[in-house]
Amino acid sequence: MKRILILGGGVGGTLTANLLVKKLRRQLKAGEVAITVVDQTGQHTYQPGFMYIAMGGERAEKLQRSERGLLDSRVSLVVGQVEKVDEPTQTVHLADGERLGYDYLVLATGSRILPEAIEHFDTEAHHFYTAKAALELRHALDAFKGGRIVVAIAGMPYKCPPAPLEVSFLIEAELRQRGLREKSEVHFCSPIGRAFTIESVSEMVTPIFEQKGIEVHTFFNVESIDAERHVIASLEGEELPYDMLILVPPHKGQQFLIDSGLAPAPGGWLPTDRATLQVGGRPNVFALGDATDLPLSKAGSTAHFEAPVVTERIAAAIEGRAPGHKHGDYLGKVMCFFEIGDGKGTLLQFDYEHPPRPPKPNQLWHLGKIVFNKTYWHTVPKGRV
Amino acid sequence: MTDTLTNPAITRTIDARGSFCPGPLMELIRGIREAAVGDVIAVYSSDKGSKTDIPKWIEKAGHRLIALETREGYDEIVVEKTH
Repeated sequence: MKRILILGGGVGGTLTANLLVKKLRRQLKAGEVAITVVDQTGQHTYQPGFMYIAMGGERAEKLQRSERGLLDSRVSLVVGQVEKVDEPTQTVHLADGERLGYDYLVLATGSRILPEAIEHFDTEAHHFYTAKAALELRHALDAFKGGRIVVAIAGMPYKCPPAPLEVSFLIEAELRQRGLREKSEVHFCSPIGRAFTIESVSEMVTPIFEQKGIEVHTFFNVESIDAERHVIASLEGEELPYDMLILVPPHKGQQFLIDSGLAPAPGGWLPTDRATLQVGGRPNVFALGDATDLPLSKAGSTAHFEAPVVTERIAAAIEGRAPGHKHGDYLGKVMCFFEIGDGKGTLLQFDYEHPPRPPKPNQLWHLGKIVFNKTYWHTVPKGRV
Repeated sequence: MTDTLTNPAITRTIDARGSFCPGPLMELIRGIREAAVGDVIAVYSSDKGSKTDIPKWIEKAGHRLIALETREGYDEIVVEKTH
Protein backbone atom coordinates (compact mmCIF):
# COMPACT_ATOMS: atom_id res chain seq x y z
CA MET A 1 0.00 0.00 0.00
CA LYS A 2 1.23 3.51 -0.84
CA ARG A 3 0.78 5.95 2.03
CA ILE A 4 0.25 9.62 1.17
CA LEU A 5 0.70 11.82 4.22
CA ILE A 6 -0.35 15.47 4.04
CA LEU A 7 0.75 17.82 6.82
CA GLY A 8 -1.60 20.77 7.17
CA GLY A 9 -5.35 21.17 6.79
CA GLY A 10 -5.43 24.59 5.17
CA VAL A 11 -6.32 25.33 1.55
CA GLY A 12 -3.35 23.43 0.09
CA GLY A 13 -3.57 20.30 2.24
CA THR A 14 -7.34 19.94 2.12
CA LEU A 15 -7.62 20.52 -1.61
CA THR A 16 -4.72 18.17 -2.39
CA ALA A 17 -6.33 15.41 -0.31
CA ASN A 18 -9.70 15.80 -2.01
CA LEU A 19 -8.18 15.97 -5.51
CA LEU A 20 -6.13 12.85 -4.79
CA VAL A 21 -9.34 11.00 -3.92
CA LYS A 22 -10.76 11.94 -7.31
CA LYS A 23 -7.62 10.79 -9.15
CA LEU A 24 -6.98 7.61 -7.16
CA ARG A 25 -10.54 6.42 -6.57
CA ARG A 26 -9.84 2.91 -7.88
CA GLN A 27 -6.63 2.46 -5.89
CA LEU A 28 -8.35 3.72 -2.73
CA LYS A 29 -11.20 1.25 -3.19
CA ALA A 30 -8.73 -1.58 -3.74
CA GLY A 31 -6.81 -0.64 -0.58
CA GLU A 32 -3.67 0.12 -2.60
CA VAL A 33 -3.50 3.74 -1.43
CA ALA A 34 -4.18 5.51 1.89
CA ILE A 35 -4.49 9.29 2.22
CA THR A 36 -4.05 10.94 5.63
CA VAL A 37 -4.18 14.61 6.60
CA VAL A 38 -2.56 15.77 9.84
CA ASP A 39 -3.82 19.05 11.24
CA GLN A 40 -2.94 20.65 14.54
CA THR A 41 -6.46 21.81 15.42
CA GLY A 42 -8.87 19.88 13.21
CA GLN A 43 -10.39 23.23 12.30
CA HIS A 44 -10.09 24.78 8.84
CA THR A 45 -9.80 28.55 8.91
CA TYR A 46 -10.58 30.92 6.05
CA GLN A 47 -7.81 33.41 6.79
CA PRO A 48 -8.65 36.05 4.14
CA GLY A 49 -11.74 36.75 6.25
CA PHE A 50 -9.69 38.11 9.16
CA MET A 51 -9.30 41.50 7.49
CA TYR A 52 -13.10 41.71 7.27
CA ILE A 53 -13.43 41.18 11.03
CA ALA A 54 -11.51 44.43 11.41
CA MET A 55 -13.00 46.23 8.44
CA GLY A 56 -16.25 44.66 7.33
CA GLY A 57 -18.38 43.28 10.14
CA GLU A 58 -17.28 39.66 9.63
CA ARG A 59 -17.54 37.29 12.59
CA ALA A 60 -14.79 34.87 13.63
CA GLU A 61 -17.12 31.89 14.00
CA LYS A 62 -18.10 32.17 10.33
CA LEU A 63 -14.46 31.77 9.27
CA GLN A 64 -13.90 28.35 10.80
CA ARG A 65 -15.31 24.92 10.02
CA SER A 66 -14.49 21.36 10.95
CA GLU A 67 -11.72 20.00 8.73
CA ARG A 68 -13.40 16.59 8.87
CA GLY A 69 -16.48 18.01 7.18
CA LEU A 70 -14.41 19.45 4.31
CA LEU A 71 -12.43 16.28 3.62
CA ASP A 72 -13.74 13.43 1.52
CA SER A 73 -14.76 10.53 3.78
CA ARG A 74 -12.03 8.38 2.19
CA VAL A 75 -9.33 10.65 3.67
CA SER A 76 -8.20 9.94 7.24
CA LEU A 77 -7.75 12.93 9.53
CA VAL A 78 -5.34 12.91 12.46
CA VAL A 79 -5.50 15.89 14.80
CA GLY A 80 -2.10 16.47 16.34
CA GLN A 81 1.01 18.58 16.52
CA VAL A 82 3.87 17.52 14.25
CA GLU A 83 7.18 17.37 16.08
CA LYS A 84 9.54 15.99 13.50
CA VAL A 85 9.90 14.42 10.07
CA ASP A 86 12.36 11.53 10.22
CA GLU A 87 13.48 11.15 6.63
CA PRO A 88 15.61 7.98 6.91
CA THR A 89 12.59 6.02 8.17
CA GLN A 90 10.00 8.10 6.25
CA THR A 91 8.10 8.69 9.47
CA VAL A 92 6.38 11.74 10.95
CA HIS A 93 6.49 12.04 14.75
CA LEU A 94 3.60 13.73 16.54
CA ALA A 95 3.85 15.42 19.94
CA ASP A 96 1.56 12.82 21.52
CA GLY A 97 3.95 10.04 20.51
CA GLU A 98 2.04 8.81 17.47
CA ARG A 99 4.18 7.81 14.47
CA LEU A 100 2.89 8.03 10.91
CA GLY A 101 4.80 6.46 8.02
CA TYR A 102 4.69 7.81 4.49
CA ASP A 103 5.67 6.96 0.93
CA TYR A 104 4.69 10.43 -0.32
CA LEU A 105 4.81 13.47 1.94
CA VAL A 106 2.99 16.75 1.23
CA LEU A 107 4.07 19.74 3.30
CA ALA A 108 1.18 22.20 3.40
CA THR A 109 2.21 23.62 6.73
CA GLY A 110 1.61 27.31 6.02
CA SER A 111 3.36 30.16 7.76
CA ARG A 112 3.25 31.47 11.30
CA ILE A 113 3.32 35.02 12.53
CA LEU A 114 5.82 36.27 15.10
CA PRO A 115 4.71 39.65 16.50
CA GLU A 116 6.96 38.92 19.50
CA ALA A 117 10.00 39.23 17.21
CA ILE A 118 9.50 43.03 17.34
CA GLU A 119 9.89 44.50 20.82
CA HIS A 120 6.77 46.34 22.08
CA PHE A 121 4.61 44.94 19.26
CA ASP A 122 2.11 43.52 21.78
CA THR A 123 1.47 46.82 23.54
CA GLU A 124 1.96 49.30 20.68
CA ALA A 125 0.77 47.70 17.45
CA HIS A 126 -2.35 46.14 15.99
CA HIS A 127 -2.58 43.60 13.19
CA PHE A 128 -5.23 41.56 11.38
CA TYR A 129 -3.52 38.19 10.92
CA THR A 130 -5.59 36.33 13.54
CA ALA A 131 -9.29 36.58 14.34
CA LYS A 132 -8.48 37.81 17.85
CA ALA A 133 -6.07 40.52 16.67
CA ALA A 134 -8.48 41.64 13.97
CA LEU A 135 -11.26 42.01 16.55
CA GLU A 136 -8.96 44.01 18.83
CA LEU A 137 -8.13 46.27 15.88
CA ARG A 138 -11.88 46.71 15.28
CA HIS A 139 -12.36 47.77 18.91
CA ALA A 140 -9.41 50.16 18.69
CA LEU A 141 -10.86 51.72 15.54
CA ASP A 142 -14.24 52.06 17.24
CA ALA A 143 -12.54 53.98 20.06
CA PHE A 144 -10.43 56.10 17.68
CA LYS A 145 -11.35 59.79 17.79
CA GLY A 146 -8.75 61.16 15.40
CA GLY A 147 -4.97 61.27 15.06
CA ARG A 148 -2.25 59.70 12.98
CA ILE A 149 -2.76 56.12 11.77
CA VAL A 150 0.30 54.39 10.36
CA VAL A 151 0.04 51.14 8.37
CA ALA A 152 3.41 49.44 7.89
CA ILE A 153 5.19 46.13 7.31
CA ALA A 154 7.63 44.56 9.77
CA GLY A 155 8.92 41.55 7.90
CA MET A 156 9.25 39.80 4.60
CA PRO A 157 7.62 37.70 3.33
CA TYR A 158 4.10 38.19 4.65
CA LYS A 159 0.70 36.81 3.78
CA CYS A 160 -1.28 38.56 1.06
CA PRO A 161 0.92 41.42 -0.23
CA PRO A 162 -2.05 43.71 -1.07
CA ALA A 163 -3.61 43.42 2.42
CA PRO A 164 -1.89 46.42 4.08
CA LEU A 165 -2.86 48.64 1.14
CA GLU A 166 -6.43 47.39 1.32
CA VAL A 167 -6.55 48.15 5.05
CA SER A 168 -5.21 51.68 4.42
CA PHE A 169 -7.91 52.32 1.82
CA LEU A 170 -10.69 50.83 3.93
CA ILE A 171 -9.66 52.76 7.06
CA GLU A 172 -9.52 56.03 5.14
CA ALA A 173 -13.02 55.38 3.77
CA GLU A 174 -14.30 54.55 7.27
CA LEU A 175 -12.81 57.71 8.78
CA ARG A 176 -14.57 59.78 6.13
CA GLN A 177 -17.88 58.03 6.79
CA ARG A 178 -17.52 58.60 10.54
CA GLY A 179 -16.68 62.29 10.13
CA LEU A 180 -13.16 61.80 11.53
CA ARG A 181 -11.19 62.35 8.34
CA GLU A 182 -10.44 66.04 9.03
CA LYS A 183 -8.97 65.15 12.41
CA SER A 184 -6.90 62.25 11.09
CA GLU A 185 -3.91 61.37 8.96
CA VAL A 186 -3.39 58.02 7.27
CA HIS A 187 0.15 56.96 6.38
CA PHE A 188 1.20 53.87 4.44
CA CYS A 189 4.79 52.61 4.56
CA SER A 190 5.84 50.68 1.47
CA PRO A 191 8.85 48.36 1.77
CA ILE A 192 9.97 49.25 -1.76
CA GLY A 193 10.38 52.33 -3.93
CA ARG A 194 6.75 52.62 -5.01
CA ALA A 195 3.31 52.02 -3.52
CA PHE A 196 3.00 48.40 -4.65
CA THR A 197 5.37 45.79 -5.96
CA ILE A 198 3.67 45.27 -9.34
CA GLU A 199 4.36 48.32 -11.48
CA SER A 200 0.99 48.36 -13.27
CA VAL A 201 -0.84 48.01 -9.93
CA SER A 202 1.36 50.67 -8.39
CA GLU A 203 0.45 53.03 -11.24
CA MET A 204 -3.21 52.25 -10.57
CA VAL A 205 -3.10 52.74 -6.78
CA THR A 206 -0.77 55.75 -6.58
CA PRO A 207 -3.45 58.22 -7.76
CA ILE A 208 -5.91 56.54 -5.39
CA PHE A 209 -3.54 57.16 -2.46
CA GLU A 210 -3.24 60.79 -3.62
CA GLN A 211 -6.97 61.22 -4.08
CA LYS A 212 -7.64 59.77 -0.63
CA GLY A 213 -4.90 61.91 0.93
CA ILE A 214 -2.97 58.91 2.26
CA GLU A 215 0.72 59.70 2.53
CA VAL A 216 2.96 56.95 1.12
CA HIS A 217 6.45 56.51 2.60
CA THR A 218 8.65 54.44 0.29
CA PHE A 219 11.61 52.21 1.22
CA PHE A 220 10.28 51.91 4.77
CA ASN A 221 10.77 48.43 6.28
CA VAL A 222 9.93 48.56 9.96
CA GLU A 223 12.78 47.43 12.18
CA SER A 224 11.77 48.60 15.66
CA ILE A 225 9.16 50.38 17.78
CA ASP A 226 10.04 53.13 20.26
CA ALA A 227 7.18 52.70 22.72
CA GLU A 228 7.98 55.80 24.76
CA ARG A 229 8.01 58.17 21.82
CA HIS A 230 5.38 56.27 19.77
CA VAL A 231 7.71 56.17 16.80
CA ILE A 232 8.64 53.39 14.37
CA ALA A 233 12.11 53.13 12.86
CA SER A 234 12.96 51.54 9.51
CA LEU A 235 15.93 49.41 8.57
CA GLU A 236 16.68 52.15 6.04
CA GLY A 237 17.27 54.52 8.99
CA GLU A 238 14.12 56.67 9.04
CA GLU A 239 11.53 57.32 11.76
CA LEU A 240 7.79 57.94 11.71
CA PRO A 241 5.52 58.87 14.64
CA TYR A 242 2.08 57.31 15.13
CA ASP A 243 -1.00 57.53 17.32
CA MET A 244 -2.33 54.22 16.07
CA LEU A 245 -0.01 51.63 14.57
CA ILE A 246 -1.14 48.78 12.31
CA LEU A 247 1.82 46.56 11.62
CA VAL A 248 2.11 43.42 9.50
CA PRO A 249 4.04 41.07 11.82
CA PRO A 250 7.10 39.05 10.76
CA HIS A 251 6.26 35.61 9.32
CA LYS A 252 8.23 32.35 9.34
CA GLY A 253 7.81 28.74 8.27
CA GLN A 254 7.23 26.00 10.85
CA GLN A 255 10.02 25.32 13.34
CA PHE A 256 9.78 21.51 12.93
CA LEU A 257 10.75 21.89 9.27
CA ILE A 258 14.01 23.55 10.36
CA ASP A 259 14.54 20.97 13.14
CA SER A 260 13.96 18.12 10.66
CA GLY A 261 16.52 19.49 8.19
CA LEU A 262 13.92 20.17 5.50
CA ALA A 263 14.06 23.98 5.57
CA PRO A 264 16.94 26.33 6.38
CA ALA A 265 16.99 28.62 9.43
CA PRO A 266 16.06 31.31 10.21
CA GLY A 267 13.11 31.62 7.80
CA GLY A 268 12.04 28.00 7.70
CA TRP A 269 10.77 28.23 4.11
CA LEU A 270 11.00 24.97 2.16
CA PRO A 271 13.36 24.97 -0.83
CA THR A 272 10.81 24.08 -3.49
CA ASP A 273 11.17 23.50 -7.22
CA ARG A 274 9.14 26.20 -8.98
CA ALA A 275 7.69 23.73 -11.53
CA THR A 276 7.51 20.31 -9.87
CA LEU A 277 6.94 21.60 -6.29
CA GLN A 278 9.31 18.91 -5.01
CA VAL A 279 11.30 19.83 -1.92
CA GLY A 280 15.07 19.98 -2.18
CA GLY A 281 15.20 17.48 -5.08
CA ARG A 282 13.40 14.76 -3.10
CA PRO A 283 11.22 12.76 -5.52
CA ASN A 284 8.50 11.95 -2.95
CA VAL A 285 8.28 15.16 -0.88
CA PHE A 286 6.19 18.11 -2.10
CA ALA A 287 5.36 21.54 -0.73
CA LEU A 288 2.69 24.07 -1.54
CA GLY A 289 1.16 27.27 -0.23
CA ASP A 290 2.84 29.57 2.26
CA ALA A 291 5.36 26.89 3.32
CA THR A 292 7.49 27.13 0.15
CA ASP A 293 10.35 29.51 -0.58
CA LEU A 294 8.95 30.34 -4.03
CA PRO A 295 8.97 34.05 -4.95
CA LEU A 296 5.17 34.16 -5.02
CA SER A 297 2.37 35.68 -2.98
CA LYS A 298 1.78 33.86 0.27
CA ALA A 299 -1.93 33.44 -0.29
CA GLY A 300 -4.56 30.73 -0.40
CA SER A 301 -4.84 31.33 -4.13
CA THR A 302 -1.25 30.18 -4.67
CA ALA A 303 -1.96 26.92 -2.82
CA HIS A 304 -5.22 26.56 -4.74
CA PHE A 305 -3.40 26.55 -8.09
CA GLU A 306 -0.47 24.45 -6.84
CA ALA A 307 -2.62 21.62 -5.43
CA PRO A 308 -3.52 20.11 -8.85
CA VAL A 309 0.20 19.85 -9.68
CA VAL A 310 1.10 18.06 -6.43
CA THR A 311 -1.90 15.78 -6.98
CA GLU A 312 -1.01 14.96 -10.57
CA ARG A 313 2.65 14.27 -9.73
CA ILE A 314 1.81 11.91 -6.87
CA ALA A 315 -0.94 10.15 -8.86
CA ALA A 316 1.41 9.74 -11.82
CA ALA A 317 4.15 8.27 -9.61
CA ILE A 318 1.69 5.79 -8.07
CA GLU A 319 0.30 4.81 -11.46
CA GLY A 320 3.81 4.47 -12.90
CA ARG A 321 3.33 7.04 -15.65
CA ALA A 322 4.73 10.45 -16.56
CA PRO A 323 2.83 13.46 -15.19
CA GLY A 324 0.14 14.66 -17.58
CA HIS A 325 0.52 17.77 -19.68
CA LYS A 326 -2.25 19.80 -18.04
CA HIS A 327 -1.10 19.85 -14.42
CA GLY A 328 2.37 18.31 -14.70
CA ASP A 329 4.15 21.58 -13.91
CA TYR A 330 3.16 24.60 -11.86
CA LEU A 331 3.34 27.72 -14.02
CA GLY A 332 3.15 30.24 -11.19
CA LYS A 333 -0.55 31.02 -11.46
CA VAL A 334 -1.99 33.26 -8.72
CA MET A 335 -5.27 35.16 -8.70
CA CYS A 336 -6.49 37.52 -6.00
CA PHE A 337 -8.99 40.26 -5.39
CA PHE A 338 -7.81 43.69 -4.28
CA GLU A 339 -10.12 45.98 -2.26
CA ILE A 340 -9.83 49.69 -3.02
CA GLY A 341 -12.46 50.96 -0.55
CA ASP A 342 -15.80 52.74 -1.18
CA GLY A 343 -17.25 49.44 -2.40
CA LYS A 344 -14.77 49.01 -5.24
CA GLY A 345 -12.17 46.39 -6.02
CA THR A 346 -10.01 44.93 -8.78
CA LEU A 347 -8.44 41.59 -9.65
CA LEU A 348 -4.79 40.54 -9.89
CA GLN A 349 -4.11 37.50 -12.04
CA PHE A 350 -0.65 36.44 -13.15
CA ASP A 351 1.83 33.60 -13.61
CA TYR A 352 5.60 33.28 -14.01
CA GLU A 353 5.41 34.52 -17.61
CA HIS A 354 2.53 36.98 -17.53
CA PRO A 355 2.35 40.06 -15.32
CA PRO A 356 -1.06 41.12 -14.00
CA ARG A 357 -3.13 43.61 -15.96
CA PRO A 358 -5.67 44.66 -13.34
CA PRO A 359 -9.01 45.99 -14.60
CA LYS A 360 -10.10 49.48 -13.53
CA PRO A 361 -11.49 49.23 -9.98
CA ASN A 362 -15.26 48.80 -9.89
CA GLN A 363 -18.05 47.43 -7.71
CA LEU A 364 -18.11 44.11 -9.53
CA TRP A 365 -14.71 42.97 -8.28
CA HIS A 366 -15.56 44.04 -4.73
CA LEU A 367 -18.76 42.01 -4.94
CA GLY A 368 -16.75 39.18 -6.49
CA LYS A 369 -14.58 39.08 -3.38
CA ILE A 370 -17.62 39.08 -1.08
CA VAL A 371 -19.26 36.25 -3.04
CA PHE A 372 -15.99 34.30 -3.05
CA ASN A 373 -15.70 34.71 0.75
CA LYS A 374 -19.24 33.37 1.22
CA THR A 375 -19.01 30.46 -1.21
CA TYR A 376 -15.45 29.40 -0.36
CA TRP A 377 -16.55 26.46 1.80
CA HIS A 378 -18.47 24.83 -1.03
CA THR A 379 -15.97 25.45 -3.79
CA VAL A 380 -12.22 25.66 -3.14
CA PRO A 381 -11.49 22.95 -0.52
CA LYS A 382 -13.68 20.48 -2.39
CA GLY A 383 -11.95 21.07 -5.71
CA ARG A 384 -15.03 22.45 -7.48
CA VAL A 385 -13.24 25.53 -8.88
CA MET B 1 29.93 47.07 -12.62
CA THR B 2 32.67 45.02 -11.04
CA ASP B 3 33.74 41.49 -11.87
CA THR B 4 32.05 38.95 -9.59
CA LEU B 5 35.17 36.77 -9.68
CA THR B 6 37.18 39.29 -7.66
CA ASN B 7 34.51 39.57 -5.00
CA PRO B 8 33.40 37.43 -2.05
CA ALA B 9 31.71 34.12 -2.73
CA ILE B 10 27.93 34.18 -3.01
CA THR B 11 26.32 32.92 0.19
CA ARG B 12 22.82 32.57 -1.18
CA THR B 13 21.09 32.86 -4.54
CA ILE B 14 17.48 34.03 -4.77
CA ASP B 15 15.83 33.06 -8.04
CA ALA B 16 13.08 35.67 -8.32
CA ARG B 17 12.58 35.26 -12.06
CA GLY B 18 8.87 35.41 -12.86
CA SER B 19 8.08 36.99 -9.50
CA PHE B 20 5.50 39.73 -9.96
CA CYS B 21 4.10 39.60 -6.45
CA PRO B 22 5.84 40.05 -4.05
CA GLY B 23 8.61 40.77 -6.60
CA PRO B 24 12.41 40.56 -6.71
CA LEU B 25 13.14 43.53 -4.43
CA MET B 26 10.81 42.19 -1.73
CA GLU B 27 12.57 38.81 -2.07
CA LEU B 28 15.94 40.54 -1.64
CA ILE B 29 14.74 42.45 1.45
CA ARG B 30 13.60 39.13 2.91
CA GLY B 31 17.00 37.61 2.06
CA ILE B 32 18.87 40.51 3.68
CA ARG B 33 16.74 40.27 6.82
CA GLU B 34 17.52 36.55 7.11
CA ALA B 35 21.24 36.93 6.28
CA ALA B 36 24.23 37.56 8.54
CA VAL B 37 26.48 40.60 8.18
CA GLY B 38 29.04 39.84 5.47
CA ASP B 39 26.77 37.45 3.56
CA VAL B 40 26.63 37.95 -0.18
CA ILE B 41 23.28 37.49 -1.89
CA ALA B 42 22.67 37.12 -5.61
CA VAL B 43 19.19 37.89 -6.95
CA TYR B 44 18.00 36.78 -10.38
CA SER B 45 15.28 39.01 -11.77
CA SER B 46 13.42 39.00 -15.06
CA ASP B 47 11.70 42.27 -14.07
CA LYS B 48 13.28 45.09 -16.06
CA GLY B 49 12.67 47.55 -13.21
CA SER B 50 14.98 45.63 -10.85
CA LYS B 51 18.11 47.10 -12.46
CA THR B 52 17.16 50.49 -11.07
CA ASP B 53 14.88 49.61 -8.11
CA ILE B 54 17.26 47.22 -6.38
CA PRO B 55 20.42 49.41 -6.47
CA LYS B 56 18.29 52.31 -5.18
CA TRP B 57 17.15 50.27 -2.18
CA ILE B 58 20.67 48.93 -1.55
CA GLU B 59 21.98 52.50 -1.42
CA LYS B 60 19.14 53.68 0.82
CA ALA B 61 19.56 50.73 3.21
CA GLY B 62 23.34 51.18 3.26
CA HIS B 63 24.40 47.78 1.91
CA ARG B 64 27.01 47.18 -0.82
CA LEU B 65 26.20 46.54 -4.47
CA ILE B 66 28.87 44.16 -5.72
CA ALA B 67 27.72 43.41 -9.23
CA LEU B 68 24.92 43.93 -11.70
CA GLU B 69 25.17 41.65 -14.73
CA THR B 70 22.76 41.16 -17.59
CA ARG B 71 22.34 37.46 -18.38
CA GLU B 72 20.19 35.77 -21.00
CA GLY B 73 16.63 36.92 -20.22
CA TYR B 74 17.35 38.15 -16.71
CA ASP B 75 19.61 40.32 -14.55
CA GLU B 76 21.83 39.12 -11.74
CA ILE B 77 22.32 41.59 -8.90
CA VAL B 78 24.84 40.76 -6.18
CA VAL B 79 24.75 42.52 -2.82
CA GLU B 80 26.69 42.25 0.43
CA LYS B 81 24.93 42.78 3.76
CA THR B 82 27.12 45.31 5.55
CA HIS B 83 25.33 45.96 8.83
